[in-house]
Amino acid sequence: MSVAGIETGTAPRAGGAPAVRVTAAGAALRAAGRRSYRWVSPVVVVLVWQAASGSGLLPARLLAAPSEIAATALDLVRSGTLPTAIAVSLERVLLGFAAGAVAGVVLALVAGLSRAGENAVDPIMQMLRALPFFGLIPLFILWFGIGEAPKVLLVALAVSFPLYLNTFSGIRGVDGKLAELARTLRLGRAALVRHIVLPGALPQTLVGLRQSLGVAWLALIVAEQVNADAGLGYMINDAREFLRTDVIVVGLLVYSALGLLTDALVRLLERRALGWRREFLSR
Amino acid sequence: MAARVPVPLSDVAPAGDAGRPGAPSAASVRGLTRRFGDRAVLDGLDLTIAPGEFVALLGRSGSGKSTLLRALAGLDEEVDGDIEVDGSVAVAFQEPRLVPWKRVRDNLTLGLDVPGPAARADAALAEVGLTERAGAWPLTLSGGEAQRASLARALVREPRLLLLDEPFSALDALTRITVHRLVLDLWAAHGPAVLLVTHDVDEALTLADRILVLDGGRVAHSWTVTARRPRHRDHHDLLALRTALLAALGVPPEGTR
Repeated sequence: MSVAGIETGTAPRAGGAPAVRVTAAGAALRAAGRRSYRWVSPVVVVLVWQAASGSGLLPARLLAAPSEIAATALDLVRSGTLPTAIAVSLERVLLGFAAGAVAGVVLALVAGLSRAGENAVDPIMQMLRALPFFGLIPLFILWFGIGEAPKVLLVALAVSFPLYLNTFSGIRGVDGKLAELARTLRLGRAALVRHIVLPGALPQTLVGLRQSLGVAWLALIVAEQVNADAGLGYMINDAREFLRTDVIVVGLLVYSALGLLTDALVRLLERRALGWRREFLSR
Repeated sequence: MAARVPVPLSDVAPAGDAGRPGAPSAASVRGLTRRFGDRAVLDGLDLTIAPGEFVALLGRSGSGKSTLLRALAGLDEEVDGDIEVDGSVAVAFQEPRLVPWKRVRDNLTLGLDVPGPAARADAALAEVGLTERAGAWPLTLSGGEAQRASLARALVREPRLLLLDEPFSALDALTRITVHRLVLDLWAAHGPAVLLVTHDVDEALTLADRILVLDGGRVAHSWTVTARRPRHRDHHDLLALRTALLAALGVPPEGTR
């Protein structure tokens, strides 16, 4: 919501005093100035990197030149290697995310909507949360072998906790006065959950969604370092064997691009689902 | 000088044509007791509200006004005593309590189990002058608009008993005057019995048929206000009653000590 904050801070209000408008215009100019210079330093870094690679100061076995990385990326796309790898990794993340999200939200509903549910579910979730889940990889391999199952399950496990914790606290944070109102409106239990509890918990659930998508990619990267025979992690590991730092960097860039993409999707969802809040903030 | 009428309340004739003997009451409370720890905030309280009667409930802070209202609204399950409410009850709270993620019209239709709820909601919004805000998010409403929406949400349910829990206390003075008029208009048009909890003596004098003062967990005083509406604050009956009310609330007349 920082965007909305900036808008209210700098947007000149219609009918404002001229002096105020001048100041606001100046601030807008300065902001535009700041924005237009922000691309300079990354470009300089890439240029220096390119020069260092070209002069032999930075050998390709440590880090490939940017131009070489770009060419390799193009090759990998053309040959179909990269699209296939992305498809495999994306499928793992989506499956794991779906399973983990359903589990996290359902458990949060069970725990959030009744005291008995909380007593049954919450202690176990808090105990499991304390486990370092990357440390579970050896056990997962013993239990589920080295196929797709341990990778998907690791993602699911990683995803379920942020969603559980945020949805649970979102449900418990719903204004008790609105629950009282619902009683005076004669809302039944189901209608109370549908109209008051779930929408009230949604902002917090979406925070959990963003956290869990971030951790989903992280879990996938870790899981794919172990015994993968396809996917982005496999592509990266395979490249290591042949000192192909260009392929490794391409793989890393794809991971981060996918991470940014899913984050942008959640933000889009937030803007749609929380319009009642956004309008208030940008007034 | 207005007389202090002691309990029992059966001695007090409710104002208006609704108070015929033998007529069913909109709400009847017998021996209502509510304890918080060792303290009985309500202690064997009796109260009858006639159909269509406008009752204002005054009392010092902690005298149990809101406790009584919550009991009548069915929000307090730890009260002892008999509560009989004839038909439906609706509540408008001190804070409007609009559901922020539902547009104004959807706030009105929430839990509204009638045919054509949207049309009913629009009619209610027109009555309170909020037609243009039907599609707005509650957080974009002004304080007065939000309180009018809250009143519309209560009235669209056509309650027999309307409970108002200090709904005007957070409004600025000018808005309060217009909302007072609106409430009287709506009351005249729909005819519910009203129980208004308030701190404001003048508000009670302006609006109510009967004014009660709660003290010691019971209705300690009751006055019937017969002055015609619209009422003016400098009406001599009201001035006398005002002094009596303030005395009952522990504020002695000016110039005495």
